[in-house]
Amino acid sequence: MPDTHDTSSSDSAYNYAYLDEQTKRMIRRAILKAVAVPGYQVPFGGREMPLPYGWGTGGIQVTAAIIGRDDTLKVIDQGADDTTNAVSIRRFFAKVADVATTTRTEEATVIQTRHRVPETPLKEGQILVFQVPIPEPLRMLEPRETETRTLHALTEYGGMQVSLYESIARHGRISKAYNYPVLVNGRYMMSPSPIPKFDNPKLDNNAALQLYGAGREKRIYAVPPYTPVKSLDFDDHPFEIETWSECCALCGSKESFLDEMIVDDDGKRLFVCSDTDYCQERQQADKP
Amino acid sequence: MTTLAAGFADPSHDAQRVFRSVLEAFSHPGRIVTVPAEAEMTGSLSAAATAFVLTVVDRETPLWLASDLDSEEVRTFVRFHTGAPIVADTGAATFALLTPSRQPMLDGFAIGTDPYPDRSATVVIQVPALRGGPSRTLRGPGINGSTTVTIAGLPDSFWSEWAANRALFPCGVDVVFAAGSELLALPRSIAVES
Repeated sequence: MPDTHDTSSSDSAYNYAYLDEQTKRMIRRAILKAVAVPGYQVPFGGREMPLPYGWGTGGIQVTAAIIGRDDTLKVIDQGADDTTNAVSIRRFFAKVADVATTTRTEEATVIQTRHRVPETPLKEGQILVFQVPIPEPLRMLEPRETETRTLHALTEYGGMQVSLYESIARHGRISKAYNYPVLVNGRYMMSPSPIPKFDNPKLDNNAALQLYGAGREKRIYAVPPYTPVKSLDFDDHPFEIETWSECCALCGSKESFLDEMIVDDDGKRLFVCSDTDYCQERQQADKP
Repeated sequence: MTTLAAGFADPSHDAQRVFRSVLEAFSHPGRIVTVPAEAEMTGSLSAAATAFVLTVVDRETPLWLASDLDSEEVRTFVRFHTGAPIVADTGAATFALLTPSRQPMLDGFAIGTDPYPDRSATVVIQVPALRGGPSRTLRGPGINGSTTVTIAGLPDSFWSEWAANRALFPCGVDVVFAAGSELLALPRSIAVES
């Protein structure tokens, strides 16, 4: 009799990729609906995961439903591969799904991310899985789910435009710097998860498939490859991304998203790339 | 006594690989993907349709079978391997298996509601071949510009049905064409030109 559950090198105490087959099928069906209706939030039966909400339970369930032994997984948290959240999720899948892991963006087939899109352009065939805390872009304007569902059904997004207008009236510019709302394929308003607005242009017409998983709110949504994703703005206040007068102190990049670090007790500051893989690749390339 | 065809040899990993090929098909509408893991052929179901059923259908998803695909062998297979209820009411089905001999092809299936367009059916249409038929141009999410499909054995009336389905967006059904061990997806977001 053939061994139908070959778990030779992964932890055989769990089903492959931690979730049971029934749950994976349910999540897979939700993912297909999400891809068919870009930007629409598909409810799914989110499961308890072995880590608290807010640590990527939605992203992990999406990754668990798609990942296979042929995949190479990269996990980033705020762009970095070496932070606690990224390291634990990478180890989790190495253990329960028997997958190869990498820190290099171009080697990865599945990239799970918290709050950043890698600087290195993604390729067709790659899948970017976002961890999403609050999937509903209209939630801060309208707390009732029944109402926001109706607003999406009617494409009634005036409230968000008003909120951006109020920001201009108060601050002279749109002050929203992260989780900046977008319109997917001209139809659904979508929360891009708390990525800096710097990353919003990368969502537009990307060659990779984008999947978004919200664990606490139990929603999955998606942006298929080559799909228009437009950041909301006004004709006289066009969407703009952050710029820095500094460059990265480690690799000298002027194009990447920079984190400001305080490096000593005197408050000395340093700007470095948030994307550690991008920064390291550039540093290596500079070496003779 | 009816015979029971075998399902996937390695259920967890085979389903994962088939799902990824289905996900590729949905992410790149019009692209022909080869199903990477085959189950035993069942009745009049193609290898691709069989693998699709084993991957996404289960006890939570009522299945509707067209009369020309329906047989005791298929029913036994679906019941044993997936546990899915086989329903006679098209509107109750989450998944449907049919061939172009059903006319009109997409009539009567759930299209979802405006607040919940995901509560709709996915219709698997088994055709003679995914190549060699009349050419149609597809545009929409997942397609870089435009792409061409040449599905064989599909009456012209399907494309007017599709235009009506497309007009319902975000409601509507999603279609998967299956032939042999290949499949091609047509999500509701896709516009078709002749």
